[in-house]
Amino acid sequence: MKKYHILGLFSNFDEAFATISDIRHYKIPGISVDDVELISPIEHPEIEEVLGVRGSHVPKFTLAGALFGGIGGFMFVSTAQSNFAVQPQGGKAVVPIPSNLVLSYEMMILAAVLFTLTAFIVSARLLRKRKPLYSENVSLDQVGIELEVEEKFIEPIKELFKKHQVVEIRDEVMK
Amino acid sequence: MKDISEDIKWAKINKDVLRSMESPRMGYWVSVAVCLFMLAFAVGAEIYQYNVGMGPANLNVPHMWDLYIATFIFWIGMSHSGTLLSAILHIIGADWRKPIYRFAEAMTTFTLMTAGLFPIIHIGRLWNMYWVLPYFSDRGIWPNFRSPLVWDAFAISTYLTSSALFLFVGMIPDLAICRDNARGWRKKLYTMLSLGWRGDDRQWRHFRKTYMIMACFLIPLAVSVHSIVSSDFAVSIMPGWHVTTFPPYFVAGALYSGCAAIITLFILLRYYFRFEEYMTLSIMEKVCKLTFAIAMVWTYLNIIEFSSVWYGHDAVAKELLLSKFYGPYAPYFWAMIFFGSVLPFTLCFRSLRRNLKAMMVISIGLNIGMWLERWMIVTPTLSLSYHPFSFDVMWPSWVQWFIVFGSFGWFGLLFLVFVKVFPSVSMYEVKEMILHRRHLANKGIAEVMHRRSSDKQPDSGTPGLEGA
Repeated sequence: MKKYHILGLFSNFDEAFATISDIRHYKIPGISVDDVELISPIEHPEIEEVLGVRGSHVPKFTLAGALFGGIGGFMFVSTAQSNFAVQPQGGKAVVPIPSNLVLSYEMMILAAVLFTLTAFIVSARLLRKRKPLYSENVSLDQVGIELEVEEKFIEPIKELFKKHQVVEIRDEVMK
Repeated sequence: MKDISEDIKWAKINKDVLRSMESPRMGYWVSVAVCLFMLAFAVGAEIYQYNVGMGPANLNVPHMWDLYIATFIFWIGMSHSGTLLSAILHIIGADWRKPIYRFAEAMTTFTLMTAGLFPIIHIGRLWNMYWVLPYFSDRGIWPNFRSPLVWDAFAISTYLTSSALFLFVGMIPDLAICRDNARGWRKKLYTMLSLGWRGDDRQWRHFRKTYMIMACFLIPLAVSVHSIVSSDFAVSIMPGWHVTTFPPYFVAGALYSGCAAIITLFILLRYYFRFEEYMTLSIMEKVCKLTFAIAMVWTYLNIIEFSSVWYGHDAVAKELLLSKFYGPYAPYFWAMIFFGSVLPFTLCFRSLRRNLKAMMVISIGLNIGMWLERWMIVTPTLSLSYHPFSFDVMWPSWVQWFIVFGSFGWFGLLFLVFVKVFPSVSMYEVKEMILHRRHLANKGIAEVMHRRSSDKQPDSGTPGLEGA
């Protein structure tokens, strides 16, 4: 069966939220809130109240990066310093712990930041081809609701959108 | 007085900010010409120094460090403004930062890029600058990992990378707006840089988390960077440098000069790009109050430093302190005290805080004080150290002055190019700010925003979010 992308554009958040609320309360059997994607011009944490809490794995990558940077940084610097063993040391440590802690601290932060950025790009599905139904009005002042639905749900969804004063509806067959 | 009007339409925010990237006032182009002129001085002096050697710079024993290092610290210090405004105020939820944090972050990146030039210029042998970078010593270079100068290389490169990424990540939603409104080469540039952003809830969710995490990392990083720069001095045994309060003293000075620079750029951007509705006097007042508070911390740390030396009974350090008070560098030392500790009291007056011309002059004065502070850290100690045979008062040569002068042109040029190519006001954050202010101003809207289909429907007279 053909699947469709359908995008409704609303002039404000309250109507978009109310639409999602209706979907959440199963106004259309077969469509759940998990199928909904809200596209908005601003960050709106309150959306979780209607979409439900959707977590993020970014902090786990940050932790991995911090551990990698801290431990790897210490190893990196220590390995470089181990070349010094061929030099007269004058009683000083080949691997000086206090200064290496400072350097490891910096490398911990660097790796944590780089891992965080990478996790963000992957998790947020950036660097991919954008879906065809994107509307430039979303970056201006409109709020979009996008769903992936089967053909039989197209009309009920459009009706729901119209009930909440949708400004524009677009749909397209999924390739 | 409101930080921002709740009546500004979202479409107008886009229009105003995008317009600033297209048609600045004539003053913008005059500024570009002035910066290029200043930069030409530095390039000329550097070419001369490169050909002739370090002699014309007048850097010799005991004055191996002078304006290059003092100005390096000055620029590193100024970079802390972006971290303060963007990261700290973001974490504590101070939303008045939103219209002004973008250029503060850009300032951080460009001041670091400027600061990074000075150690390279200072070492003279430019072609060997990569020796300070950390890599395996297969070529027998034997970098001294115990030296804070090597720590500097780690810390500053980490800070530059992290702050540039922080600036970039925070700009992605705005780059998408630019992409949707641009043509030609700009369209290609913004399409590439916006990474396919479309603003869905998945992207915003991860964006929120990522931005917060990066902010949390930037704060300790910024503190560590300037602490390490202070260690260049504090871990030595030189009088006047071997001071335990140096790390917090440097950090306070850094935040201070950064805030003062934000005031200067705030006024310039507000004027050039007609950002009166976003960079309001109310926000200016808040930045001024913050600057005053930090100025008082800096003043206190100065007093602590002086009293530690005074009661420490280190005869050489005490002599150095007295020499700062009435020796050859005394005029500059007292100028530092005037600009750094006395001038900030003008920020206590509301009428002055709201007078942009006065604030322009005051903010430049504060940064002159901060630059003098760095010079007074570096030079007097080298002129009056432990060995009487090395006592020598030295004044920087024209080569050093030209390069320092030109560095302001270099920074200015980078900044001016940035504000022409990238949005200097965060459009999406200003929209959020306006939305939240509307919430506070009208509880009826808040109720509408969070209603459920099962909730009682509001009356037809409830105000909507038209224009939002």
